[in-house]
Amino acid sequence: MSLRSAFNQLVTVTAMNMRNLPSRVGTSLVAVIGIGGVVAVLVSLLSMGEGFRAALDLSGREDVAMILRGGSPDELSSSIGREEYNAIVIAPGIARDARGPVVSGELYSIVDLPMRSTGTGANVPLRGVGERGPELRDGFRIVAGRMFRSGQNEVIVGRGAFSQFENIDLGREVKWGSQKWRVVGVFEAGGSVSESEIWTDAVVLRGIYRRGNTVQIIRAQLTSAEALPVVRAALEKDPRLNVSVRSEKAFYADQSRILLALIKYVGTTIAVLMGVGAVFAALNTMYSAVSSRTREIATLRALGFGAAPVVTSVLLESAVLGLLGGIVGGLLVYFGLNGYQATTLNFGSFSQLTFAFTVTPRLLVTGLWYSLILGIVGGLLPGIRAARMPVTTGLREL
Amino acid sequence: MNAMPAEAAAGTSIVRIRDLVKDYRRGAETVRVLDGLSLDIQQGDFVALMGPSGSGKSTLLNLIGGLDRPTSGTLEVDGLRVDELSEGSLGRWRADHVGFIFQMYNLLPVLTAERNVELPLLLTNLDRQQRMRRVAAALKLVGLEQRAKHRPRELSGGQEQRVGIARAIVTDPTLLLCDEPTGDLDRKSGDEILTLLEALNAEYGKTIIMVTHDPHAAERAHRVIHLDKGMLSEGPG
Repeated sequence: MSLRSAFNQLVTVTAMNMRNLPSRVGTSLVAVIGIGGVVAVLVSLLSMGEGFRAALDLSGREDVAMILRGGSPDELSSSIGREEYNAIVIAPGIARDARGPVVSGELYSIVDLPMRSTGTGANVPLRGVGERGPELRDGFRIVAGRMFRSGQNEVIVGRGAFSQFENIDLGREVKWGSQKWRVVGVFEAGGSVSESEIWTDAVVLRGIYRRGNTVQIIRAQLTSAEALPVVRAALEKDPRLNVSVRSEKAFYADQSRILLALIKYVGTTIAVLMGVGAVFAALNTMYSAVSSRTREIATLRALGFGAAPVVTSVLLESAVLGLLGGIVGGLLVYFGLNGYQATTLNFGSFSQLTFAFTVTPRLLVTGLWYSLILGIVGGLLPGIRAARMPVTTGLREL
Repeated sequence: MNAMPAEAAAGTSIVRIRDLVKDYRRGAETVRVLDGLSLDIQQGDFVALMGPSGSGKSTLLNLIGGLDRPTSGTLEVDGLRVDELSEGSLGRWRADHVGFIFQMYNLLPVLTAERNVELPLLLTNLDRQQRMRRVAAALKLVGLEQRAKHRPRELSGGQEQRVGIARAIVTDPTLLLCDEPTGDLDRKSGDEILTLLEALNAEYGKTIIMVTHDPHAAERAHRVIHLDKGMLSEGPG
């Protein structure tokens, strides 16, 4: 069989199938919607992971060091005393200017706030930051109200937390434990994880929580990203200290690992399970398509058309339906969810993290590939059946 | 068993069948449809195959056309052992040597008349211009050149069958195999189709084997073969 003949056969049988589509809109839509639904779920779950990763990635700088007590996996379980603090901030590699070392000794606690969406309580980080804390966050600025005053029970609220939780409207007084706090400002910090937090003066928070002279974490500006090993070596060599030093980027990558793995695992499992259902929808559609064209296929076979073009044409049609489903599902998620703000529990800090669903081109392409695979798998058996059907049997079909 | 082949006047046999057996499985049962049949058909002949339903005439036609395979026996068409061809070779052989005309026309409803006629030519190496020239010639031969752009649903039954005939002859095949070509037509349209087949046989020398129930149709053939219970006898329609 010449290449031209093979191509002609494939084009003819495929065109015949495609031209028949309008007469099979109902069954074809079942496959398109089924596969579209699967792709929508897959892409939305993955876009959740992508948004979560983006929120933490934006928070992570290579030239900012996070210094915790040695062995503490997170801020909640860390504690650094005054003497240690003083020894750490003079370490080589930590940036200094006229005001002294560019560091922020911070405290981290969790308060309870109702979510706007459900009204149920959620853990929200309340962070006590040092005077230079805002400098260590890219893009920090007050977008409403003002900065809290030192020594006052005042808080400023991250933009993400502000949009997701109740009782923290600007000017409102909120009570946590025995203390009342006034919300005096709303801030943004370049879309980073800080926007999920509520900030106050570290000195005030330390007093209220009776933390003495301790902080839980020291956030330090490095002279450059390459200075991290220098700082680490200096602190490890100091016999008075037992601390761990990581870049901010590595710190948040560690925090996100559990949730990202969970999203990936759950997302993939759900997509595979739903995919099985969608394959059955595609199978049903293509069996019905093949069945309605039995005599036409047999006629072509009688005229000399080969089995391969018949199988390929069924697969092509099924793949096209799958891709249509993938496009529909991808567009639904893109226009319905992309940028949508949500919160989820960050297992790294046991507090809520605000993030935006992020539908990237890469995720859309992943969805399209998956829809293509589902379409082809759904068309394989009907295609083989069409090709293997005896011509004489097919010719008798009405 | 037909010990001696049923044969018409001396000439070149284009179809040569010897001891042909065809069994079908129906559940646990084996049904013998053709029972040791031998037959010769001459080049340029016009043969009518008659017989009651289930007598095996369509089965014989399918075997000659390479749409089915015999259980045993030999089947030669134009000197080639068709029963020994592989599935792929059989498809190519059909495309080159056999034109099928079906009772229900079997046109593809989504294609125009000329596109239906073009189908067998898609299996050749002809370019589009050459194909369309041959399609136009075939449609002219069956008197449908004005209907080339019509789809099957826009044609009458007789016109559909003419398109079917044009499709069968467009590759200039060795054999024309017709399975009840007038079975779905009124008498007038049927007569027109039979006249067309006669012309193809007389003027273009096409060898035609036609399965029919209709004695009136069989009368137009040069030779009438009866099949009953898988065995042949020859005689008047």
